[in-house]
Amino acid sequence: MTTDDLLTVSQFSVSYDVTPPVEAVRDVSITVRRGEILGLAGESGCGKTTLAYGIQRLLKPPAVITSGSAVFHDESGDDIDINTMDDAQMRAFRWEKASMVFQGAMNALNPIITIGAQLQDVFSTHRPAMARKDRKLESGRLLDLVGVGSERLRSYPHELSGGMRQRVMIAMALALKPQLMIMDEPTTALDVLVQREIIEQISDLRAEFGFSVIFITHDLPLLLEISDRIAVMREGRIVEIDTARNLYQNPQNDYTRRLLASFPSLTGERGGFVRRPGPSTLTTDAGGMS
Amino acid sequence: MTTLEFKNVTKKYRVRGSGELLALDKVSFTLTSGQTIALVGQSGSGKSTIAKILTQLERVSSGDVLLDGTPIPTWGRPLRRYRQTVRMVFQDPFASLNPAHTIRHHIERPLRLDKVVPPDQVEEEVFRLLTRVRLAPEQTIDRRPHELSGGQRQRVAIARALASRPKLLIADEPVSMLDVSIRLEVLNLLAELQSEANLGVLYITHDLATARHFSDEIMVLHHGKVVEHGKADEVILTPKHDYTLALRNASPDPEKHFAAPTTPGATS
Repeated sequence: MTTDDLLTVSQFSVSYDVTPPVEAVRDVSITVRRGEILGLAGESGCGKTTLAYGIQRLLKPPAVITSGSAVFHDESGDDIDINTMDDAQMRAFRWEKASMVFQGAMNALNPIITIGAQLQDVFSTHRPAMARKDRKLESGRLLDLVGVGSERLRSYPHELSGGMRQRVMIAMALALKPQLMIMDEPTTALDVLVQREIIEQISDLRAEFGFSVIFITHDLPLLLEISDRIAVMREGRIVEIDTARNLYQNPQNDYTRRLLASFPSLTGERGGFVRRPGPSTLTTDAGGMS
Repeated sequence: MTTLEFKNVTKKYRVRGSGELLALDKVSFTLTSGQTIALVGQSGSGKSTIAKILTQLERVSSGDVLLDGTPIPTWGRPLRRYRQTVRMVFQDPFASLNPAHTIRHHIERPLRLDKVVPPDQVEEEVFRLLTRVRLAPEQTIDRRPHELSGGQRQRVAIARALASRPKLLIADEPVSMLDVSIRLEVLNLLAELQSEANLGVLYITHDLATARHFSDEIMVLHHGKVVEHGKADEVILTPKHDYTLALRNASPDPEKHFAAPTTPGATS
């Protein structure tokens, strides 16, 4: 094992203990390298979110980790087995070493507390020795970093647009300079222009701070553009993992191929679309008024 | 043949404190039977305002909306009759169906309200509609929405929209909440139903790739203004307006991305 690895997940399985039990994650082994963006693709119910929660030990009953381990290789050189930590250790580990941007993050902020107070909360929990003034300063700096601006510290979540709220969530995940950031569908509810801005920001921040990202989404075209490597999940298993380019140009698995084919090409062929052209009501002068 | 016309439609919303918000600024277009126009643009560009005016949930501030040359009714019985001709399919099939009611109820309601068929033929019509959207009627009709998958639910929503035999269909992000592998299937189903019934379709979406392949024309809205309107392929492949270009460049396009000799971000 090289020191380039940040997280080693081996033979990880999670079941939902209902009748009959649902094996949501089955025997997943995956390595996250230091500083890489690892894409996790798959459709709803494939287990991608369950896997991410499992790595952070955020699963609630009836979900149980039935086997396997997730070992975090800290930059200090220590190996931390996530499954063996007690609650206090886990509490210190989360956010400090590995943070998370949750699905529907836009609605994950507390609506009746200012975003400044919510950001400062991170510091008062994890950096109790920090002075109030510094907490505020640091929170403002984080908001500047993600392009929301420190003048919005006193804003309430409803006063911000969806894209800005998403940035606040990213700022919060960045607060303690974690080595791993797990992002679960961070841009799904946003329109393409805002999505592009946020994606570029994540790339820039990654280049600046060198953290690793596990980026979870069903949007394969988006993953192909931002990820170093992509793992495709289906029915709890990783069916294929490769570099983005290889996965796109030379997919090995049938399901990967099918998933790739589900996305129509923006500038290429029509693919699987059956629709025949209908009538046009365009008059010559209506086209392209610019 | 049905023709719907927007002529210089302007819509202003009154905003407390800051006066007025211009949601639509002199929007003009024509939608005719059998045709699909995609409406693209960012959040807040005015896409939904157009849908709301079409269904008369909002009134225009100025300008005309004409159906076959006559202004669309704004109240009473004529409005109800008009609404039979314009139906909507909503984005979220989990929210647009009532969890307490069976599929039968959802599709029967418009049939009975609009008296599409005599009461003794309602059941038969429900079966016919479910078959048209490729759901097995016997297995679906007495179920409730939570027992169906997202794709099945959206098919029910489509069947319900078609029940009143509309002439125009407004599909507001009809597939964005569905799993990727069934999106194409649902769009293809919509396209087939469209050609069967010669429907005019207004396809509201963020997704430029499906807009291009699913529509005849694309209309790009920006701050309530139509900045570009043209044949679907032309708008995407040779955009004339900067905003269209910005939208296109922001959309993921792996084909272009990997065509470039060096891939930024690829560290291996």
